[in-house]
Amino acid sequence: MSKDIKEYLRLDKFPHIWCPGCGHGIILQAVLRAIDRLQLDRDNIAVVSGIGCSSRAAGYVDFNTLHTTHGRALTFATGIKLAKPELTVIVLTGDGDCSAIGGNHLIHAARRNIDLNVIVFNNSIYGMTGGQYSPTTPTTDYAATAPYGNIDNAFDLCELTRAAGASYVARSTTFHAAQIPLLVEKGIKNKGFSFIDIITACPIYYGRMNKMPDAVDMLKTQRDNARNIKQWDIMTAEEKQGKFVIGELYNKPAPEYTDAYRQLREKTHAL
Amino acid sequence: MILPFLDNSEIKFLQGNEACVKAALAVGCRFFAGYPITPSTEIAEGMAKELPKVNGTFIQMEDEIASLGAVIGASICGVKSLTATSGPGFSLKQEHIGYAVIAEIPCVIVNVMRGGPSTGLPTLPAQGDVMQARWGTHGDHPAIVLSPSSVREYYDLTIKAFNLSEKFRTPVILLPDEVIAHTREKVEIPKETRIINRQLPAPDANKAKHQPYAVNSADGVPVIPNFGEGFRFNITGLVHDATGFPAATPEITEKLLLRIHKKIAAGDNEIKGIEINLARNSDIVVLSYGSSFRSGAQAASETGVGTVKLTTLFPFPDKEIKELAKKVKTIIVVEMNLGQLVREVERAVAGQSPHGGLVKVYGINISNGLLIHPEIIVRKIKECQKT
Repeated sequence: MSKDIKEYLRLDKFPHIWCPGCGHGIILQAVLRAIDRLQLDRDNIAVVSGIGCSSRAAGYVDFNTLHTTHGRALTFATGIKLAKPELTVIVLTGDGDCSAIGGNHLIHAARRNIDLNVIVFNNSIYGMTGGQYSPTTPTTDYAATAPYGNIDNAFDLCELTRAAGASYVARSTTFHAAQIPLLVEKGIKNKGFSFIDIITACPIYYGRMNKMPDAVDMLKTQRDNARNIKQWDIMTAEEKQGKFVIGELYNKPAPEYTDAYRQLREKTHAL
Repeated sequence: MILPFLDNSEIKFLQGNEACVKAALAVGCRFFAGYPITPSTEIAEGMAKELPKVNGTFIQMEDEIASLGAVIGASICGVKSLTATSGPGFSLKQEHIGYAVIAEIPCVIVNVMRGGPSTGLPTLPAQGDVMQARWGTHGDHPAIVLSPSSVREYYDLTIKAFNLSEKFRTPVILLPDEVIAHTREKVEIPKETRIINRQLPAPDANKAKHQPYAVNSADGVPVIPNFGEGFRFNITGLVHDATGFPAATPEITEKLLLRIHKKIAAGDNEIKGIEINLARNSDIVVLSYGSSFRSGAQAASETGVGTVKLTTLFPFPDKEIKELAKKVKTIIVVEMNLGQLVREVERAVAGQSPHGGLVKVYGINISNGLLIHPEIIVRKIKECQKT
């Protein structure tokens, strides 16, 4: 690593808003490590976020940063990428932000395979509003709005975006902190829609309501339930119960949207 | 009548929405994001066809909210951007109109008014979105709302909308009704276009120290750089200070909210659009906008009364209407809704008492999917002339 990642932070904006034990800082530093490895020009990076705990991350990093509306970061990011395709656009979002209120934008950005890099801070809860259940809260878990247990089914965000057309899909956890930069780096390198789902811990709201009030307990749960893709592929359905897969789940180059639009423009010039 | 053959001159036979496309391209709009909705779709279709030819970008987004999000994103990179919609879509746009107001991102939103509420009358005209255009997004905010009454005016106001949005760094709402959007008439396209571009930091500006939301000029408009030009600043929809980062002290909150209002108030001379034609022998005027003005003007000429045409609905021209109230006894407001702008007129003239009596304000407010017939207005004028 060439630089201390502190150089990428707006330290004058600290202290950050995240609670003790929150995993968001682990994800943010991992993203910065990936950017550092790629030696990208900071002036050419746009970080776009929505609303929620995760989305405050944009304000802490020294790039072109845009803190938008709840769920809609991808729509602003789409406009930025189309207007200035030379920018590397990174979207920092949460599970509620990108898959509930922003679910429609997520599948359509993936469908277009537009060159955006989405990092989901997936803590299975709405933290900022005080612990309500999200589309990734497991069934039977408790939340402020699920006092008798959640009856909703959870989204697998990686399956969702892969089916929608993303060309790079990966998942990791805040326990596997060393793996995250590798996945983010490959995601940024992929010319197309890259989706990286990071399972993170909210001990204050999710943990407390689900018998894991300690941040370390939550990290241990991530360790115990995550299975690497190579292992996962040979596990039986029974063995997969209660576990989830991590690693690079899908990586297949496909025509990229801003490239396709550039070609469309050239076609009209020839008319 | 036989129309003369028109060669490639500046005189065109255009539909309103086509004029909007031509004007947007002429003023330098190079990005459009939209979602199909009647009766505005011709704008999206025109932009889809023309933008790639001029190295611009068209995208059909997944919904109305996304469209304005993409427009704001493109504008943040310095590209003049447009979206177009109609009633139900305009309701969905409100969230991002507020974002563009507080983050001070220039953009133009066309709302072709059709009958509502809800899906209402998709192909028929109304002027029922006037107050939504003013107050639709939540929180205290200023609004610039323009409404054309002819195809040529639609062309001119599209240019004005972009210029105002660039100059004041605010969203501008262009509010034609379905009749104006779909009417075809002869338009003489001006050979020259007056173009105003947003102010950007000087080339030698200190990029590390530049405060994007600091205001050092009397106009109250900040000098916000474009993304990707080396400034690495922050934009947020939260209340923020001069640096662009969230801050919510009472002082900062009040300063920001008052400034975004004052910058619009200070630009009144440039923003306002009102044409007053008083009749020599009458103390009655017909006040209207959009296609209703066409009916109003017809009725006025038949009865010898004056007219007032508004092309800028908001900020509402309080000063001009108060002055008008000193000169006339009766103002007849004509609009295809159940009473919206008429209340602004009543508010503005309240307390004005020319000739020892209060000005009478009558509304001809009809909302049935039909253009208001001049005969209905003539009847009301004659009634007023008798008293």
